[in-house]
Amino acid sequence: MKEFTPAPESASIVSVTDRVKPITLGMAVTSVHFLRDRAAFVGGEENVAFVDANCEITTVVVHSGGILSTASDGKRLVMGGDDGKVVSLDAKGEVTLLATDPKRRWIDAVALHADGAFAWSAGKAATVKSGKAEEKSIDVPSTVGGLAFAPKGLRLAIAHYNGVTLWFPNMAGSAEFLPWAGSHHAVTFSPDNKFLVTAMHEPALHGWRLADNRHMRMTGYPGRVRSMSWSAGGKGLATSGADTVIIWPFGSKDGPMGKEPAMLAPLQARVSVVACHPKNDILAAGYSDGTVLMVRLEDGAEILVRRNGTPPVAALAWNAKGTLLAFADENGDGGLLEL
Amino acid sequence: MSDATSQKIPVTVLTGYLGAGKTTLLNRILSENHGKKYAVIVNEFGEIGIDNDLIIGADEEVFEMNNGCICCTVRGDLVRIMDGLMKRKGKFDAIIVETTGLADPAPVAQTFFVDEDVQKNARLDAVVTVADAKWLSDRLKDAPEAKNQIAFADVIVLNKTDLVNKGELAEVEARIRGINPYAKLHRTERCAVALADVLDRGAFDLDRILDIEPAFLEADDHDHDHDHHHHGHDHHHHDDHGHGLKHYHDEEMQSLSLKTDKPLDPNVFMPWLQNLVQVEGGKILRSKGILAFHDDDDRYVFQGVHMMLEGNHQRKWKEGEPRESRLVFIGRELPEEAIRKGFESCIVS
Repeated sequence: MKEFTPAPESASIVSVTDRVKPITLGMAVTSVHFLRDRAAFVGGEENVAFVDANCEITTVVVHSGGILSTASDGKRLVMGGDDGKVVSLDAKGEVTLLATDPKRRWIDAVALHADGAFAWSAGKAATVKSGKAEEKSIDVPSTVGGLAFAPKGLRLAIAHYNGVTLWFPNMAGSAEFLPWAGSHHAVTFSPDNKFLVTAMHEPALHGWRLADNRHMRMTGYPGRVRSMSWSAGGKGLATSGADTVIIWPFGSKDGPMGKEPAMLAPLQARVSVVACHPKNDILAAGYSDGTVLMVRLEDGAEILVRRNGTPPVAALAWNAKGTLLAFADENGDGGLLEL
Repeated sequence: MSDATSQKIPVTVLTGYLGAGKTTLLNRILSENHGKKYAVIVNEFGEIGIDNDLIIGADEEVFEMNNGCICCTVRGDLVRIMDGLMKRKGKFDAIIVETTGLADPAPVAQTFFVDEDVQKNARLDAVVTVADAKWLSDRLKDAPEAKNQIAFADVIVLNKTDLVNKGELAEVEARIRGINPYAKLHRTERCAVALADVLDRGAFDLDRILDIEPAFLEADDHDHDHDHHHHGHDHHHHDDHGHGLKHYHDEEMQSLSLKTDKPLDPNVFMPWLQNLVQVEGGKILRSKGILAFHDDDDRYVFQGVHMMLEGNHQRKWKEGEPRESRLVFIGRELPEEAIRKGFESCIVS
């Protein structure tokens, strides 16, 4: 049998690797978010590193231990730590203590609402703070796995074992329970507020159509889904967890029910993180071998942003305008790409 | 592979019935001058005096995996805690998980085999059970949890031996051995045990499944007074294994060992073993084996927890080493005849 091995220098796809400005953060990184036009790389513990367009790094101490959870609205970051604190960090680099768990329990999950309200969880309790109103808390049956605010109204989704609790903090006795057996972690609303999706402990997503609570099972992943990102306009939900980017169709009223997902950008490595472009139908995907690709949703055309051969990509984000892409691997080696 | 194994953080699971001395052992481990840092996961956060920097309160949430197998449960809180702890890698060398007195060790152990992310970063080192010499015999009669913890153990610290006389000690040891003859047993007062005897045991490491003979047959210097036991207690001795020890047969929880010096057919044995743990996995708490396959110069080793099995070719059989296959099952109401027959059908005739 003849073997065909392409020459290593033969570029099979378009590459922009030479346009990436390298960043060396010197710390373990778990996520990145743009605050205005600075990339804020969240460390595994204690620090957030701001990186501006010239790749100047400014480090800010935010927690006195591990940083367990992060949410951002583009203006500020809200983080929960194993020091029992909820803190926010704004684009200027100012840190504000938002809350402290009285028993110093781990802050496992945080969420941020477009109107400035924020939520956090410690153990089985989820707490919401909205404007000047008093904090409101709810206990769910088991430890909270993930939090998300609905895009409209003050409504919080609380993922836990065997389902999701939907809670209007300003209405008494209003919690609704969406059951589904298994352990639910991250949770997200579709931008049109019609669907709710959780990433489960087993390698699957579960979804509900909120109009009638109809179930949507999204299975077939070889690994747990740790990253989900809605495409521009919310037509698709891109996910990690397989050796291709899996994109579930949410464009119609039935969502992905009875439909196959799109599978783009296959590699010999697991997708570890995905980030959809805020305006165009393209996404960025990071892989377990360090590769970063930009992928066009329409036809799967790929552009190489970073070559393989490093630890898994842990952080990936676009700025709000979609002109900057920031990424880093688990060890804090990353880059900034200006489009 | 062993490189990757050694980089994983070792996890010791500390179990034992209420009041047996788990916290005493934990504090002993933490306070000894070993230069190591431990992350300690305890239940009932803050209520017991433990002197350590990194203490995490756990809720002991037992989650069923959604794949339909009833005994495949994990500790959901551990999955979450391990995830968070991995952000502080480098701040500690090992993890100790203390369970409540009423906990079943299986979901804790299974968490380290089922969860992909946990498995990538940590390895289960051993299940250490602290038992109360004075009260264990009673608890074995009335508390199924206590029996589970003994059956599941790799190391048993038989504590408070100063509170019983020699006869009572022999009695409780015999009861332990009636359930689990394979664990290392250490007699202690106030949990005074050498740390090397409870930590870094590699009990789940396939490369260290070296010997699965019953522990009490080993020349163990702690066990020098074993000889006395059977003289005055022959009325308990209703087995004919010929090793002369007092022997209790626990009606519910037993161990079953199988042995042959004839080669096994891997094409028969593997499906048989898989099927056995699928069908009887609810009853089988632990299993281990060293296997000699037909036409295979490598020894094959496996170990399992309930329905979960992991196995691998370990190394070449040494020159002159007897090519024997040995299997051990510890479990509840094991169908001994069926297992023996099934095993025999795997022997190449």
